[in-house]
Amino acid sequence: MAHRWTNDLTHDDVTPKSAYLNRRQLMAGMAGLGLAALAPKAQAASDLTPTDFDVITQYNNFYEFGTGKEDPAKHAHRLTTQPWSIKIDGMVDRPGDYALSDILSKMTIEERLYRFRCVEAWSMVVPWNGFELKDLLDLAGVQSSAKYVAFETLYRPDEMIGQKSPFLDWPYVEGLRLDEANHPLTLMATGLYGKDMPKQNGAPIRLVVPWKYGFKSIKSIVRITLTDKEPPTSWNKSIPGEYGFYSNVNPEVDHPRWSQASERPIGGGFFAKRIPTLKFNGYEKEVASLYDGMDLRKNY
Amino acid sequence: MINTLNTLVRKVPNWLLYLVGATYPAWLLYAGFTGGLGVDPVKAMEHALGKVGLQVLIAVLLISPLRRFTKFNFLSWRRALGVIAFFYILLHFLVWMVLDVQIISQVKADILKRPYIIVGMISLLILLPLALTSNNLSIRKLGPRWRKLHKMTYLAVALGGVHYIMQTKGFEYEPYIYLAVVLGLIAIRKLPKKRAGHPAKRQAA
Ligand code: HEM
Repeated sequence: MAHRWTNDLTHDDVTPKSAYLNRRQLMAGMAGLGLAALAPKAQAASDLTPTDFDVITQYNNFYEFGTGKEDPAKHAHRLTTQPWSIKIDGMVDRPGDYALSDILSKMTIEERLYRFRCVEAWSMVVPWNGFELKDLLDLAGVQSSAKYVAFETLYRPDEMIGQKSPFLDWPYVEGLRLDEANHPLTLMATGLYGKDMPKQNGAPIRLVVPWKYGFKSIKSIVRITLTDKEPPTSWNKSIPGEYGFYSNVNPEVDHPRWSQASERPIGGGFFAKRIPTLKFNGYEKEVASLYDGMDLRKNY
Repeated sequence: MINTLNTLVRKVPNWLLYLVGATYPAWLLYAGFTGGLGVDPVKAMEHALGKVGLQVLIAVLLISPLRRFTKFNFLSWRRALGVIAFFYILLHFLVWMVLDVQIISQVKADILKRPYIIVGMISLLILLPLALTSNNLSIRKLGPRWRKLHKMTYLAVALGGVHYIMQTKGFEYEPYIYLAVVLGLIAIRKLPKKRAGHPAKRQAA
């Protein structure tokens, strides 16, 4: 079910309504558009200003294409995204290879304007297009024994030239607890600014978990596995003392090498002022209850 | 050939080296304002100054073995290159403090508790008196102590290499290559001087 969560912003703040669905998503999105008109009008206008498209697409951490922030924009054109399918397996009723086109034909594409906070203490505001992960999980039928969701990025070193270097243990893997995965904020994004997902941003389909540091939002997903054990995650395997499984945005818990109390919005040039980082990246109201009784310092 | 080059090198006046040295940060600033450093000019400048600063420092350390094992003599450039490198690293620090971290309490906290910043800071603090005594007056006044003091360059550059490794995430070859080069240069210094011309020794080197 779409529209379980409403943006603070209206679509018009980001893109003209007519432009906000890309061609491939248009068919799937028609139903959503109709609903959007009926949905309660956006709440109090927020001061969230979307980061420029050029900034979002030229400043990326996507190590499959190199370690520099500009490498993904330079090298991601090699990636072929068609055909694309996602293997859904593990504790599901209907395991199998799901063609992306089939998935999209069943989904309602919405626009979600989310804050994006990198663990490196920089941030953007991104108008994503996508559908809720829960809808995809429902498609596969999650079994009651499942407690976690594991994700895997494409491994194709010929196209993802960064995978030729041992920078990380490829393929990139990530994971969420099932209740996090089912949360209405958790998005499978297929585009931004109403365009198909740019390759450097994780085409054709990526995860977006706005209350967690950016590296949790795994890109170019080819596999989703339901499991009852906490799945391994790439950065945690690489530097366990610095990157935990949860990785919720938290100004009170520093990264060992820098403070997380504030962040630099990207795109403001030399003199862009730091802004305070918000707990759960500003989504405290929506997600704090998922972690009731948990020590967030220990479960970083 | 070598002799002509050496004469040419000696002829380059110091002010020209300083001028060329100063154009690099000036260019970075210009590029940063005109989009040439990408959408995050602060980080780009911080990284470029740290990296090029370290490279120039390594060049400084290369001058002595170059003279010893080849006949290239860049000795007349060493002082200016050292001062230029210090200037880059100082700017690297200032960009970090003023444009990157900005908040003074956070700057203090980082200097006190982040190991990679502490290592960088120690390196910078070692370089400071070296830069300040890079003039004829200090050389005359300090006498033999000047040489001893300036041997600290090796320690400062090695710490710079360690700092470079410590600030990476994931695994990258590059910083290890830098540190290996620095350690190699330190090792070469330890080779016995007198017998360096001995054929057997040469092979070992
Ligand atoms: C107070 C002293 C210093 C501070 C506060 C400092 C700070 C930093 C910071 C914040 C970074 C970037 C880390 C990141 O973006 O994650 C960095 C990188 C670097 N620093 Fe420093 N640094 C200091 C001294 C030095 C010194 C003395 C050297 C060399 C001799 C040096 C060489 C480098 C290099 C080579 C890099 C990596 C640049 C790259 O990735 O291309 N730094 N430093």
